[in-house]
Amino acid sequence: MIEHAATFGLGCLTLALALNLWRLIRGPSVGDRIIALDTMVINVLAIIVLIGIANANDTYFEAGLLLAMVGFVGTVAYCKFVLRGDIVE
Amino acid sequence: MTGLGFIAELATSFMIVLGASFALIGSWGLVRLPSLMERLHGPTKASTLGLGGILVGSVMFFQLDKGVWSAHELLISIFLFITAPIAANMIAKVQLHILRDRKAGTLVGPAGEPPHPPGAQDWATYEAPHLGTPTSTSQE
Repeated sequence: MIEHAATFGLGCLTLALALNLWRLIRGPSVGDRIIALDTMVINVLAIIVLIGIANANDTYFEAGLLLAMVGFVGTVAYCKFVLRGDIVE
Repeated sequence: MTGLGFIAELATSFMIVLGASFALIGSWGLVRLPSLMERLHGPTKASTLGLGGILVGSVMFFQLDKGVWSAHELLISIFLFITAPIAANMIAKVQLHILRDRKAGTLVGPAGEPPHPPGAQDWATYEAPHLGTPTSTSQE
């Protein structure tokens, strides 16, 4: 049953990534692109966790944790750059 | 499957399906809603909740299938639940500044522009540091 649930989840998350990509390309403002990237990071994180469940492997979570941190720092850095024109002041 | 009981398997599958559905709904809201301030609601709430559901399913899977208590997933979910509102706040600030500058291509939503705060002061994000700003933001 879990295999089928994981397959369904991977399908859902792939569709979600496609929707995010549409918003990333379409725009219209900078904020839309930032939030599309942020959501893509969250969805990829969910995909990594699901692959870890499907393979019954514990090692994927380190990658997930690293991606969570890098994604947050990336979002804040992008926002800071738009707000202040500089990242490290 | 391996040594999982039926109920445990059902509960884990339910959490995975629920989480993935919430993530999909959040991304659908990102596409569907009319302006950025509305679009913020989809990913910051639904997608974060969806990832939380998948992580709970993962904790249950490794606990029930392998008998291993792993705290990595809880670490990820705590970190995400702390950082998602901060990221949303930064994006909302970007949108406020863009609205004030009237850059091309921005769309004011059905709710209109945010109201002016009561009193003579403006929103803090527009103001330059002055006397009385906390030192962590006023120096340099």
